[in-house]
Amino acid sequence: MQDIAWKVSIFQILFMVIVFIVIYAKSHIVAPVDGLAQEKTRRSLFIVLIAMGIPLAFHTLADLPYAVPDRTGGPVQVVEAVGRQWEWTLSRNTFRVGETVEFRVTSADVNHGFGIYDGSMRVVAQTQAMPDYVNTLRHKFQTPGKYTILCLEYCGLAHHAMSAEFEVRP
Amino acid sequence: MKAVSDTARLPLDSSARRGVLAYLVATIAIFVLMMIFGLLMRAAQAQAFGLDTGLFYQIMTVHGIGTVGAAGLGGAMICWYFLRHYVVLSTAVLVLNLGLFVTGVVLILGGAFLGEFAGGWNFLYPLPAMSQGAWSNGAAAAFLLGLLLIGSGFLVFYLDMARAILGKYGSFSRALGWPQLFGTSDAPPPPAAVVAATVIFTMNIPGILVGATILVLNLVSLYAPEYRIDALMAKNMTYFFGHVFMNGTIYQCLIAVFEIMPRHTGRPWKINKWFLGGWTASGLMVILVYPQHLLMDFVMPEWMLIVGQVVSWVHGLPVLLISVFGTLANVHRSGIRWNMTSGLLFFAMLGWAAGVFPGVADATIIVNQVMHNTQWVPGHFHTYFLLSLVSMLFGFGYHLMMDMHGDKASLIDRVGFWLFTLGGFGFILAFLAGGAAGVPRRYAVHLAEWLVYDRAGTIFAAMSVTAALVFMVRFLRNLNKGVSS
Repeated sequence: MQDIAWKVSIFQILFMVIVFIVIYAKSHIVAPVDGLAQEKTRRSLFIVLIAMGIPLAFHTLADLPYAVPDRTGGPVQVVEAVGRQWEWTLSRNTFRVGETVEFRVTSADVNHGFGIYDGSMRVVAQTQAMPDYVNTLRHKFQTPGKYTILCLEYCGLAHHAMSAEFEVRP
Repeated sequence: MKAVSDTARLPLDSSARRGVLAYLVATIAIFVLMMIFGLLMRAAQAQAFGLDTGLFYQIMTVHGIGTVGAAGLGGAMICWYFLRHYVVLSTAVLVLNLGLFVTGVVLILGGAFLGEFAGGWNFLYPLPAMSQGAWSNGAAAAFLLGLLLIGSGFLVFYLDMARAILGKYGSFSRALGWPQLFGTSDAPPPPAAVVAATVIFTMNIPGILVGATILVLNLVSLYAPEYRIDALMAKNMTYFFGHVFMNGTIYQCLIAVFEIMPRHTGRPWKINKWFLGGWTASGLMVILVYPQHLLMDFVMPEWMLIVGQVVSWVHGLPVLLISVFGTLANVHRSGIRWNMTSGLLFFAMLGWAAGVFPGVADATIIVNQVMHNTQWVPGHFHTYFLLSLVSMLFGFGYHLMMDMHGDKASLIDRVGFWLFTLGGFGFILAFLAGGAAGVPRRYAVHLAEWLVYDRAGTIFAAMSVTAALVFMVRFLRNLNKGVSS
């Protein structure tokens, strides 16, 4: 997901840079405004963006991470995860590949961010840890190894040091 | 309908000109200082030197609120300066706002650097009251009170704007050009500055009121800890205020593009149905879209989060089709007079256009789940704010301090332009790349594998800061010439 966002962003930025360079290059010419052509171009752009956006919106909204039930019907490991300045407490810290883990995330003090990083330090999932609320995050780990939880909501002077680890076994 | 805005302009009196000049000096000075703070943070993350982590987070807090405040001040300046040509605004309110702003800044700096408050610019409840002894309630109160004073000044400022516009145009609908939009009137639509300012005060007045409420609730909870606020409600209020206010700042700065670019291209800015409809839609969307900041709060009603994503996507349309397309159409084959002003304003629109997809990605729930609060987020909003908003402010500064006195750009200006544009793009790309790699935002200490992004970001930040210093010195050297009417 991160790679897609990065590559599409770079493509869009480069595309806009090229458009601006082309317009700059043509800005030295003096010609009357062709209002009809401009409006036609704008209307076409509008239609193209809407036509691209609607199916993409349905696609990206089809499978949201908000504690969806485990559709495969496999076992669910429930983990109580509590954040407090500046540590995480997990009721379990070993899991199996392929099992669905349900993290019930809350905070004992301020807002924290429960960010799960894989062995290559890429984010695989996250939710917020909030006082008086429990956010339920379900994730099925497909790769064995060591995972690290980092805090992804600024929570005070040792925010950067607030981490914990768990293991996913084959 | 292709009617253009009327050009009847009211003259600026000398006190109004001095007021605008004071805003410009304050805005640029704060921005340059905040950019230096930003450079310090990136350099510390890159391990170029050692910085105490407590001081890092104090600087981070001041950098956040300082850039928000300076953007608000600069946006207000541009909006007031151009709107003042069409409606009678109060110079006393302009000065009062600046006075409250400066008083608030003193309290914020005292709270942060003397009281060591480091609760982040968004003061997310209950962090101001729970620092594990890092700062006192007094320091947090100074910060929150300072912010409240600044908000109060802006509230009076926007109320005065509402009074002036509604007094002249009679109703919201006429000030927004709805009769022309819906075809019930053949009269010329209001000028772009009036339409934009009406949208801005309509969103900012409720935004600031919500912000003031959560500030007061935070203040109460400092001294009465038994009084607890619902953390989710507090978060909603904070992000509603923050999102609306920050969008308002860039919308205000856009008025500089609408007003100044036509003077360089010789073509009036078209106030057509796209423009009128786009601005009304934008105002509505800014109010509706704030849940995009809460996509990882799973206890939020799911429909609100879906609205957050969908409206974020749709919000890209007026940006691209009204402001960016409008600028390109205005410049295309126009024989434009290029100089620092028009160059910076043109670049600002490129910055805004470039920020669309990184912003849309961040607001997409399934992407947000692996990008939220990584460096992707500052990458996305620095695209809007450094590349776009700050460029507009500097462009306005060149218009006011150089063009209007007949001064031409020199080599140092052109060097500054390229340092700013290339440094700015490099700076945001380093953030976006870091975000894609999972580097968290707001970390004083980074892992070894993240340093490559920090070092690149530091080099590009240094280029941007150097350019900003060049621009500031150029403006300051012309201070004695004042602001032309």
